[in-house]
Amino acid sequence: MLALIPLFPFIGFIINALIGRRLSKATSGGLACLAMLVSFGVAVVAFWRLLGLPAEARVIDETLFTWIASGRFQAPLTFRLDPLAGLMCLVVTGIGFLIHVYSTAYMHEETDHEYARYFSYLNLFAAFMLVLVLGANLLVMFIGWEGVGLCSYLLIGYWFDKQSATDAGKKAFVVNRVGDMAFIVGMCLAFASFGTLDFRAIAAAVAALPPEVTWGVLSTITLLFFIGATGKSAQIPLYIWLPDAMEGPTPVSALIHAATMVTAGVYMIGRNAVLYSHAPLTMEVVAVIGVATALLAGTIGLAQNDIKRVLAYSTVSQLGYMFLAMGVGAFAAGIFHLYTHAFFKALMFLGSGAVIHALHGEQDMRKMGGLRRALPITYWTFLIGALAIAGVPGLSGFFSKDEILFRTFASGHSVLWVLGTATALLTAVYMFRLIYLTFHGKPRYEGAYEGAQEAHRAHDRAAHAQGTHNHGGGGVLHDAPMAMAIPLVLLAIGSVVAGYVGVPHALGGSNRIETFLEPSFSPPAHTAPAVAGTHAEPGVALSGEGAHAEADAHGATHADTALELTLMVTSVAIALMGIGIATLVWLKRPHVAAALAARVPWMHRLLLNKWYVDELYDATIVQPIKNSSTVGLWKGVDVGVIDGAVNGTGWLVRGSAAGLRLAQSGSVRIYAAAFFVGTVLVIAFYLVR
Amino acid sequence: MVTLDHYLILSALLFAIGTVGVFLRRNIITLLLSVEIMLNAVNLTFVAVGRYLGSVDGQIIVFFVMTVAAAEAAVGLALVIAIFRHGETLSPDAFTSLKW
Amino acid sequence: MLTDFQAIMPILIVTLSAIVTMVAEAFQPKQERAPLAGFGVIGLIGAAAASVLLWGYDKTGFGVVRADNFSLFVNLIVIAVGLLTILFSPQVIERERIPPGEYYALTLFAVVGMMLMAAATDLLLLFLALEVLSLAVYVLTGIRRAQFQSAEAAFKYFLLGAFSSAFFLYGVALTYAIVGSTRLEEIAATLAVSDQAPDGLVLVAMGLLAVGFAFKISAVPFHMWAPDAYQGAPTLVTGFMATGVKAAAFAAFLRVFLSSFHTLHDSWAPMLWLVAVATMILGTVVGVVQANAKRMLAYSSVAHAGYLLVGLIVGTRVGEAATLFYLAAYAVSTLGAFAVVAVLATEEHPHDRVQDFAGLWESRPGLAALMTVFLLSLGGFPPLAGFVGKWYIFSAAIDAGYVWLAIVGVLTSVISVFFYLRIVVMMYMSDERALVPTPAITRSAVAGLTLALVAVFYLGLLPTHAIELALTSVQGMF
Repeated sequence: MLALIPLFPFIGFIINALIGRRLSKATSGGLACLAMLVSFGVAVVAFWRLLGLPAEARVIDETLFTWIASGRFQAPLTFRLDPLAGLMCLVVTGIGFLIHVYSTAYMHEETDHEYARYFSYLNLFAAFMLVLVLGANLLVMFIGWEGVGLCSYLLIGYWFDKQSATDAGKKAFVVNRVGDMAFIVGMCLAFASFGTLDFRAIAAAVAALPPEVTWGVLSTITLLFFIGATGKSAQIPLYIWLPDAMEGPTPVSALIHAATMVTAGVYMIGRNAVLYSHAPLTMEVVAVIGVATALLAGTIGLAQNDIKRVLAYSTVSQLGYMFLAMGVGAFAAGIFHLYTHAFFKALMFLGSGAVIHALHGEQDMRKMGGLRRALPITYWTFLIGALAIAGVPGLSGFFSKDEILFRTFASGHSVLWVLGTATALLTAVYMFRLIYLTFHGKPRYEGAYEGAQEAHRAHDRAAHAQGTHNHGGGGVLHDAPMAMAIPLVLLAIGSVVAGYVGVPHALGGSNRIETFLEPSFSPPAHTAPAVAGTHAEPGVALSGEGAHAEADAHGATHADTALELTLMVTSVAIALMGIGIATLVWLKRPHVAAALAARVPWMHRLLLNKWYVDELYDATIVQPIKNSSTVGLWKGVDVGVIDGAVNGTGWLVRGSAAGLRLAQSGSVRIYAAAFFVGTVLVIAFYLVR
Repeated sequence: MVTLDHYLILSALLFAIGTVGVFLRRNIITLLLSVEIMLNAVNLTFVAVGRYLGSVDGQIIVFFVMTVAAAEAAVGLALVIAIFRHGETLSPDAFTSLKW
Repeated sequence: MLTDFQAIMPILIVTLSAIVTMVAEAFQPKQERAPLAGFGVIGLIGAAAASVLLWGYDKTGFGVVRADNFSLFVNLIVIAVGLLTILFSPQVIERERIPPGEYYALTLFAVVGMMLMAAATDLLLLFLALEVLSLAVYVLTGIRRAQFQSAEAAFKYFLLGAFSSAFFLYGVALTYAIVGSTRLEEIAATLAVSDQAPDGLVLVAMGLLAVGFAFKISAVPFHMWAPDAYQGAPTLVTGFMATGVKAAAFAAFLRVFLSSFHTLHDSWAPMLWLVAVATMILGTVVGVVQANAKRMLAYSSVAHAGYLLVGLIVGTRVGEAATLFYLAAYAVSTLGAFAVVAVLATEEHPHDRVQDFAGLWESRPGLAALMTVFLLSLGGFPPLAGFVGKWYIFSAAIDAGYVWLAIVGVLTSVISVFFYLRIVVMMYMSDERALVPTPAITRSAVAGLTLALVAVFYLGLLPTHAIELALTSVQGMF
């Protein structure tokens, strides 16, 4: 049953990959959507069955066959549905389905076989993502982990005739490989220490150990995994690939680079919650990196002019929040935010896609404005998304973000709380800046209209679905066609209501999602309360329940509620203040923005250029290697061996390779001499020792 | 008195001469001959050690090695003819179309 | 006497089929074409059957050959390599106008050498097996006499090969001087009793033997022949020697160093550690900048020699089994990849540059998919054969405390994905349509590719059986 969930998208991939070129667009697109829909259906049924079980026993294991088994090493190909995986499954299949539907319209201008190629990648991605989510041990998860990376790479570079797209694909790939390496080593180390790779078995083994307060093997393993997570989930220092990944088609950005794949790192930590809570040192690192990323990306988002880049930095920033939650031990809150974020961020990406689509590929917000009337559906849905992410009460983002900030404060990380709250302010500001620049004010797109069409063809093949002829004449803008509008509306509804599964106790709710997820974060033996009791040190509260138990123990429930309410009011005030600032600066007095930028030009430049991080990497890592290898390289270039064909290679490797390969001069006498030198070295090594 | 060590040193010297010949000489035929010298240096070791140990094994091994050397020479010379046809030269440095 | 012949039965069968192939070509009427490939296939299948029948009996023959499970396992690998090569060959032979009798007979003789190498328990016999194998492969490399590159590659390979055999033989001679015998078990016995620090001459002898093996497996710095020979040889021969020769050489390497010289593990392991690290790094790094697919795969095979060395250095039972499993996984993936390159070539166009793969997804989606699978397997993507092999070897290394070796291995295999993916990118994501019309593909080649594909998935998804087999085959070895 569980195996069917990834199986359907996989079948969709096989069909589209093998015979997709011979199918019409309607067939191949419909097939891909159908695969996702069926998969969603199966996921719902499985989830329903999971809910039918008593809370402690909510685990459905399904072993397909023994994958690798030798001696004490066992890695069965097992899928496991527990509350955490169930929630993720619904998000991936549900939102994935909506984005597939949206794509059928968005990608309509592609040729038939390109269209099939697109949907085959998309389906393959969904299959791997579901394997990642459902895998019951690290090795199965790793299949998905590598697979989604591959698909992401293929999809970022989907428009491969665009140089920036292939470059972005490469960058994403290089950065992700760095993370993956740490992940593999961590996996080997985990096996060496626990003798198993099964998540529950590891959790059980770790639960028996005391938390590791000094640096040790648990901290090393968790840190290695976290490095893997920073690559996949775009955290400092490996976040640089995500903004560039926006070169891919917009639905891809929505699905992979906002709603699902990038959250894999957060999910992985949630999966290993028990392991992480026994490594408080790593937890601190996770929390600090999380909040630093959130803040940094928030500031960068403030000055970007490309609509998708603003959203990309916003994604990085929100992922930072999730890691913050993980780092302070509020696993449920982090996953809760992951889940609500998937709705509103997918919504906003799809909304931006509708805008770009209507403007024939224009992504620069300075050339938009006043689109409110022309694109009402897009505007209103987008506005809901923005309100949700800003944390306006009543919408989903409010509940989840607030939960994270509260837990951060409650766990004693007041500095992190301040930074997190500052980020919340930034979030509200840049989101509404985006809204005002795009949808309000004077239309600025007419002047650039002809140019935009030109750019459309050369720069971005972002499709528009119906009635190309309508656009030719009077510049009449069309709102999203049905296939795009319906997902937008559904996601908007989701962005509003999704939060109501997690209404906090302080507001009279029961925080059902936290109670529901709780079993996934505790060791299988159900010793959670006891463990939570022993974890007195801040930041290691095992779970939401644990935190409450602690609070109860101190007899401070009232104070707790009061505190939570205070913090809540603070963050609402912050959100409204942010919206207010944005209104003031970009709606009421647009000149203020320019004046501000002119007043502190260095600040503006710094933000616009993303804190010069790319340049920093370039100057400290890329350039030195490049320069030192120029000597070796020119000769290579001269003989035409190194030409444009050398794709997918980092300068790092390429530079050193250029020198090394020159030793391979082609002269057999040189080879013999090298052989002889090698022999002498080998013998000398023996004799000297 | 000639001891085993003398034989071993002589064969080591011969082996070294052969080795150096392979990467210092600039004629393909000489390279082949250098390899032959190396093999025969080893043969000398075998014979000397066999004699020293008082067993015929060493000498029998030499017969095998000589057979192998003959086979190698046959293949080697055939290959030399093959590349000579293309390059019209016997300089090993002329054949560097495969590199890097 | 009967046991003696039983022990060499697989080898005998292949030898016989090689002779039959040779004779059949000599006596075939002018116009007729004897089914030469058929003899080879029959011989190899017979040898495989014989190997399976011998499984578990641990027969020894003539005191110098041992048909233990270890050598039988290696037999199965090299037989598979030989079979696949023969299946891919007819089309290529036709196109390149290679004399079929010589080609098949030499391939079979090379297989004989490989099997003998895995089974030999005497250093002299090992040397002879090495030469049987090498001489056959030298000739195969240069079999397209009309082609300059082929001749150059064969000459380089030959000269350096002969050079390295001389070193190996010198190692044998010195061992003989110390021990008074060339039998592996006597060497082991002699070294085991001398409990004091190993004497210098022993170390020199061991070093020379290691150098000889390192050459055959193309470990750095003894690898320099490999890229040139691999690039110049006919593509199928490249695939054959990249897999078969490496498997046989590794088998002998394992047997000699983990039986005779096992007591000296502490002396040779650090040296091979350095060699392995250098091999992994250089093979990967230089592979990245190659523009020729065959040359790139050659560097990739250098890198894979490094991963295989990790299993040898670890020296535990699991490490040995991991090496054997990896050899099998590597053999099918590499052979498959080379076969795709080989069947795509036409008379005018070798189809071996990376750009030649541009747009293959459009013209030959099936072949593009196969190539993708083989390359991803080589790059260690789960759940394909290469991933399981790597995982198994690296976890054996970490288990035995060789953490840094595993880290270098993981790092380089992460980098190596770049060059495998370059071809994938060319096939799927390239605007250029550099493609010259691709030839029709014979049914036997399709069968061979299918077999290789099935093997890659089988070893990737259901590796348990093969791992168990590898584990049992190393149990009684030493």
